[in-house]
Order: sequence, then C-alpha cells, then structure tokens
Amino acid sequence: MRGFISLIIIIIFTSVTYYFIGPVAHSIEGGAKVTDSHFSYADIPALKLQGNVAKGKALVMGAGACVGCHSIEVAGIKPSMSPDVAAKAYGVMPPDLSNAGIIYSPKFLAAYIADPVHAMKLGSKFNAQTGKTFPMPAFAGAGGNKQQEIADMVAYLKSIAISKNKLTPKLAFEDSCGRCHAVRYEKWTQIGSTPKFKNKKQKLAFELKVADYQDSLHKYLGSLPPDLSTIVESKTDHFINTFVQNPQNHIKGTAMPRVGITADTAKKVMAYLEKSGNPTQAERESLGKDIMIYLVIMAIFAFLWKQTVWKDLH
Amino acid sequence: MGKDRRWFMGKAFGAVATVGAVASLYGMKKTWDPLASVTAAGFTTLDMTKYKKYNHLYIEQWRGKPIFIIRKSPKMVKEMNSSSNKYKKQDEDRDIFIAGSHFLVCIGICTHLGCIPNYRPQDDNFLCPCHGAMYDFSGEVTKPPAPRGFDIPPFKREGNKLVLGLDSPEYQKLVKEHATLNKA
Amino acid sequence: MAHFTKATSVHDWVNQRLGIDTLRRVLATEYWIPKNINFLWAMGMVLAVTFALLFISGLFLLMYYQPNTHLAFDSVNDIIMRQVPYGWLFRDTHAVAASLVFLIIYIHMFTGIYYGSYKNGREMIWISGMLLYVTFSAEAFSGYMLPWGQLSYWAGTVITDLFSLGSLHTAGLVEWIRGGYTPGQAFLSRFFALHVVLLPLAVIGLIGLHFGALRIPHVNNQDGEEIDFEAEAKKYKSGDKKGSKVIAFSNDFMSKDLFIVSIYLIFFFYLVIFHNGFALDPINFVPADPMHTPASVEPEWYFLWSYDILRGFSKNPGLIAFAFAQGIFFFLPFLDRSPNATPASKRGIFFIWFWLLVIDMTALTIMGKLPPEGGYRTTGIVFAYIFIGLWIVFPFITKLEKKVTGR
Repeated sequence: MRGFISLIIIIIFTSVTYYFIGPVAHSIEGGAKVTDSHFSYADIPALKLQGNVAKGKALVMGAGACVGCHSIEVAGIKPSMSPDVAAKAYGVMPPDLSNAGIIYSPKFLAAYIADPVHAMKLGSKFNAQTGKTFPMPAFAGAGGNKQQEIADMVAYLKSIAISKNKLTPKLAFEDSCGRCHAVRYEKWTQIGSTPKFKNKKQKLAFELKVADYQDSLHKYLGSLPPDLSTIVESKTDHFINTFVQNPQNHIKGTAMPRVGITADTAKKVMAYLEKSGNPTQAERESLGKDIMIYLVIMAIFAFLWKQTVWKDLH
Repeated sequence: MGKDRRWFMGKAFGAVATVGAVASLYGMKKTWDPLASVTAAGFTTLDMTKYKKYNHLYIEQWRGKPIFIIRKSPKMVKEMNSSSNKYKKQDEDRDIFIAGSHFLVCIGICTHLGCIPNYRPQDDNFLCPCHGAMYDFSGEVTKPPAPRGFDIPPFKREGNKLVLGLDSPEYQKLVKEHATLNKA
Repeated sequence: MAHFTKATSVHDWVNQRLGIDTLRRVLATEYWIPKNINFLWAMGMVLAVTFALLFISGLFLLMYYQPNTHLAFDSVNDIIMRQVPYGWLFRDTHAVAASLVFLIIYIHMFTGIYYGSYKNGREMIWISGMLLYVTFSAEAFSGYMLPWGQLSYWAGTVITDLFSLGSLHTAGLVEWIRGGYTPGQAFLSRFFALHVVLLPLAVIGLIGLHFGALRIPHVNNQDGEEIDFEAEAKKYKSGDKKGSKVIAFSNDFMSKDLFIVSIYLIFFFYLVIFHNGFALDPINFVPADPMHTPASVEPEWYFLWSYDILRGFSKNPGLIAFAFAQGIFFFLPFLDRSPNATPASKRGIFFIWFWLLVIDMTALTIMGKLPPEGGYRTTGIVFAYIFIGLWIVFPFITKLEKKVTGR
C-alpha cells in the first residue's frame, strides 16, 4: 500500500514539474502567438484576369525585360553571369524562372511583378529613408493595360513550369530557398550542389566561389542566412511554416522576404528539410514498435519469475 | 514443486533477456559497419585511353589503396608472349587488353607485408624496398619473399573504361585462374 | 604460501584461487535484505542500469564523435544521427538516460532522507551518494558541452564565468579553466577528457564505495525497525522463509528489482523513441556562434532549483547561497540532532520539514525555468529564502524530536 502511495506521489510531483517547466514555461516565454494562415496571403487580392500565354511570352522575352536579369533554362535562356559574379552585382543570384509558375502562388507572382518590395513585405528595408533600392524594379507597364500584362506574364510562366507532381521536395527547396540558404547535410550550397572533386585545387576553387557568394549575400542582407541542415530540430514546424508565410511576424525588420510559395510547395520544402534534419523517422517508428513489444514481453517474464520466487517469501 | 517452477521461470526470464542482449549486440555490430557514404565512394573509374606512355608507371587510387597501371609496349608484349618467358601463362592470364593496348592494372601493394614496391622502367620490373621481393611488368612475382603476384582489384569493363570496385564475370575468371585473390 | 589441494572441478580450481564461493555468499546469496521494503528500494538498481546504458551508449558515440570545434557538431548531428546505423538510437538513449538519471537520483535521495537512511551508521552511504550526485552533475555538464551547439557554448561560458567569484573578479581563474579567453578548442578537449575518462572512473569508484558502505549497516527498511540480521538469517536458512524478516539479495531481492527495472525500461525506451524532446534542447541544434547569444540560455531541468537560488540574489550573496545549496546536503547526517532512524511519518515535525523541502525544491525548479521578472522573480526569491530557512531550523527541530520507541 505504502509503495503504491509513494508511486502516486512521485508521479504527481514529476508531472507537475514537467508540466510547468515544459508547456507552461514555453507559453510564457513564447511571446505573441502567430496563427498559421495556411499560405492564403489574405492581404493579396485574388488574380481575377485571364492571362494570354503568347502575349505573356512576348512580354517576358521583350518589353517586360525579365530576361535581362533572369535565366529561363526550360526556354533555352541561360544565365548571363555565374552565381558568384551575379551576387557581386545584385547581392543575390536572380532566380531562374523555369518553375516560378508552379512554386509561387499566382496572385503573389502578380503582386510581386507589380511591386516586389511590397509583396515581399520588405518595405522597412527598401524605402526612401534608407535609400536602398531593391535590384528588381517594379513593372511599369508596357503600354497597354498593366494588370492584364501582368496576368499574361503570370500565365506564360505557369505554362512553362513543370507539373505539380513532378515538383520534388529537392526542386521545391532549391528554387524557393536555395539561393540564400545552404543545407550542407544534403550537400547544397547557395551556388548549387557540391560536385565530386577530382583534386584539392578543384575543391578549393569551388569553395572560393561559395565564399565569394556568401560574402555578397552577407553584405546584401546584413547577415548570412543560416544553414538549414538542422532547422527542423531547432525550430517547431509551426514556427517554420508561419515564418515562411511572413518572416516579419517572428523577426521584425528581418531581411528575409515573404517568399510567396504555395501551400503545396511549402509542404515539399518541409519534406526536404525533414530529410536533412531527421531522416531516420521511419526507422525510428518501426524499430520503436518492436522494442516496445519486446520490453513488454520481458516485463511479463520478469514478473512471472518474481512471482515464483516470492511465493515462498510472503 | 515450487522450486522447479522457480528455476524454470528464472531460466525463461534469462532467455528473454538474452534475446534482447543478442539483438543489442547485433545492433552494435551494425554500428561498426562502414558508412553508406564510404561504401558508395568505393568505386574508381579509369579512362584507359588516358594512359598513353609505354612502360611508364601510372598510379591511381581505389579505396585508399594505390593502383598500378602500365601500358605495355609492343616489345614488352612480345616478351610476354615469348616461349622463353618463365611466367608466360601467369603473365598472359593477368594481362588486361583494353582500348587497343595490353595493360597491367593491379593493386600496388606487395603481397608480402604491404609495402608499396618501386618500378624500374629500365629493368621492366618492380622491386619492393622492404624485403627485396620482385615482380615482372605483368605483376607476377619473380623473387620471394612475396607469396604471389600483385592482386587485381575487382573491375567491370565499360567500353574503354574500367570501373574498379564492381565485380564482373571477367574478374571472376581471373580469380579462378589464380591470377588474384578475390577482392570483390 | 596458502594451502592448495588438487582441484576437483573447474569451479573448485577458481574457487581455491579467488574465493568466489565466499564472495557469492557475502554479496549475493547470504546478503540479507529486510523484507519490509517497497519499490523505492529498487531505485539503486534502476540507477545502476541507467548508468550502464549511459556507459554503453556513450562508448558507441565515442567511436564516431570528433572533439574538434569545427567537426563536433556535424559529427553528432550528421554522422551519428543520420549516417551511422542506429547512431540516432545511441544518441537519443544517451540524452534521455542523462536526464532520467537525475530524476531517479532525486527520488533515491529523498527516499533516503524520508526513511532516515543517512544516519546511525549509514553516514558514509549518504556522503558517497552525495559525492555521486556532484560527480554526475559535472559529468552531465561536461557532456552537453560536447555537441558544440549554441547551448554548449553559452552554458559553458556562463558556468565558467561563475568562477570569477563575484566581486573577487578572478578573471585569471576563469581563463585558466577555459584554457583561453572564451570557450574554444582547449575548453572542448579538456571537458571531453573529463567526460570520457576521469569522471566515469570517479563514478565507478564512488559506486564501489557506495556499495561497500552499505554492506555492514545493511539496507534500511520502511518501518525503521531494528532487525537482528543474524537471527532472521538463521530462520531463513532453516527453511522458514515466510516467517523470516529478511530475504537474500540473490535471487529474492534481485527478482523483484529486475521486474521493476523491466517496467522502468518500458518507460525509458518509450521516451527515447517517441518523446525525447525534454532531453534535447532545440537551441543546441544550432551550431555554436560566439558572436550571438540565443534569446534564452537555461540549464537542464535538474540544475534549475540551484540556478534559481543563484539568480534570486545579487552577485556575491547569490554565489554564497548557491555554494550553500550545493554543499548543505552533505551535512545532513550531522545536522540531524535526533536519535530516530525511522520513516518521517513517525518523526512528527520532521515529516512536515521533509515535505516542505520537497515542495520548495520543486517550486524552485519551476521558478528556475520562468523569466526572472516581476512576480516570478519575487516568488523565486521567497522560495530561495524558504530553502535556506529550512536548513537553518533543521538542527533545532530535530533536537526537539522525541525518541521513537517500539515498532
């Protein structure tokens, strides 16, 4: 009886301590609660206009001046500068637009083309007072209805992008986040996947390019964006999701833009990050089940043995 | 009666605990296995058209070990095929013909105690500095204390390339002919 | 030269040379334990099993860990957690065991205080146990330096800063402990050496002393009864196992202990596999950055009670209070002026003192986690004063205890 009471007391003290230093402390420290709006971007109006793909292509290639800075590999437009050189000029490598149409929410794309700084929520960094201008200018229109022209360009980008089921977690991450964030555990650097090196000189030359790029990034953003190899272990899923939806919610004044990706893209990005930070989850669950079953069986046998020994003693 | 039951239950519990212990030992054994990244890196591709000089020792690497490559000149090939060659059969067995030439491709480690022998192009043979073993330019041992010729790494022929680390029927034939121990 | 006869069996040969039969009797089959005990008496073996888990998992971690400030983090979080077969299992076992061992230590300690197992001949058991607590604390601290994450670096900075000893400003001492101006390679290497060699050896030695100190006084019992072990052993050996007040360590005590250990292992591995977050601070999954302190740097839960005492007061008084808190438990057997070695329920005011202490230390643990502002700060200070007050009154209230007679 006394043993039972002792056990209850221990359970009570342990649970109270755990509850207060865990959940309660976190909610006190955690600061303002940020709600997950599931990538709905409520502040951006829906894209209602129907876009014309052919007109959009003409604009992207011509009056829109997109290809002046952006490559579109799938359309045969190669980058004009290597990443480390581009970063020296712009601070960061302008993204290739091949998959922009599937990765970004269409209404975000439209809002972005019209006013990049506003769409990214970086107004506190790029404004008249700071004197800083964002490398991509707002689209001023090509003579016709500006909103229709934007809708046309978005339609073109959507037409050349790969389909949703072909968008892999790796591709989703590299296109959405990879130009600023490295993931060394998956051998990803901001300038591309780390290749196999034949000799030390090759390795050093590549690492020099990465260092150059990271320097430019640091200057452009104020600090180097963290390597995301273990981010799923250091931050909760809720934090990462709400952060990506609007970085200003968690770190006011941060240089990280609102990226504007779709919910599906975000899910794939999370899957990629999970593979980097916690790839053994499946094995953990299956082996864990086996271990628990085994331990229960062992406890039963331990109990039976104890019973037979103690029959003579009570 | 109780005593027998006690003894049995004790042994039964011990048996269950032993199962867990053995499973743990197996897990520990696996922890010592080379990592997947190490075994994946265990392949070297040799483009045999790159080795143009005759009678010149090229050295590559496979699994951290030196690989000797010698392109045999027509004179060397004639010597190898000649009936006065004491080691004619062994030399012809271990010869590798690829990209239009006859090659020595072998692991450059003395089969005696593991030193790396030196090649003397003027004498067309290898001399190991540690204990004086000698090998001919086809890799066959010609002077003790080495017990056998240079081992040949497992390889698969892919056009003019050899992929070291992959097994193939051609390699297994070499093993069967005793040209090399099975390193696959 | 002692007299040796021709051996009749392998067993006889070994026994003549090593005396294993006598050892077996003294340490196992005729090591008499009182029968009136409950599951709390199994905590010793639970601790031994947990230490064994720490040792074995630690050994396998050691085979892949790199004690270099550039390589340490990735050797743990990339190589061990992602690439080594079952590496994640060894790491998580090690982390959960390091946290749970303190839960069991506290249960074990307070069981000892409640039942008076620290006095009347058992003082050395208590003192060796307290030394084990301190050694395990150092082992835990040196252990979480090793992954070289943000918590490793900044906890290392803060704890070594303690040695500036307040107004004494002994910066030289701090630099000497670190082997540098800030925690760096020298710091990591030396704590690695402590964690892997010196402290485990100290733990093993102290466990030996702890067991040795227990043998002569024998294990206590839950009624505080003074048992005539000789008489009861005779009863047991003559066949009256039911009537005897004692049981043998092997197999009687062991079978019950191992059953309790089996239940513990279910709970333990459940945590390792499915719920190990409490033992692995998220902050330590960010590589150490000497230029950036994380928003909150807190000690592990088992250090929170003394951490709250430290920060409740201003610099110098805080350090003194902290030293007091760490050391006062050692003096328990000598501060206790009462002759009673009985359960607290029979000791009147000591019973109240005991539960006040437990509640106070639980409260300090909780307050240690909360931000030291406003109401939380005040509450923390109040509990710190209560802690000190409880120990000051302790000799007086125990002096006033009446001797407990009878059973």
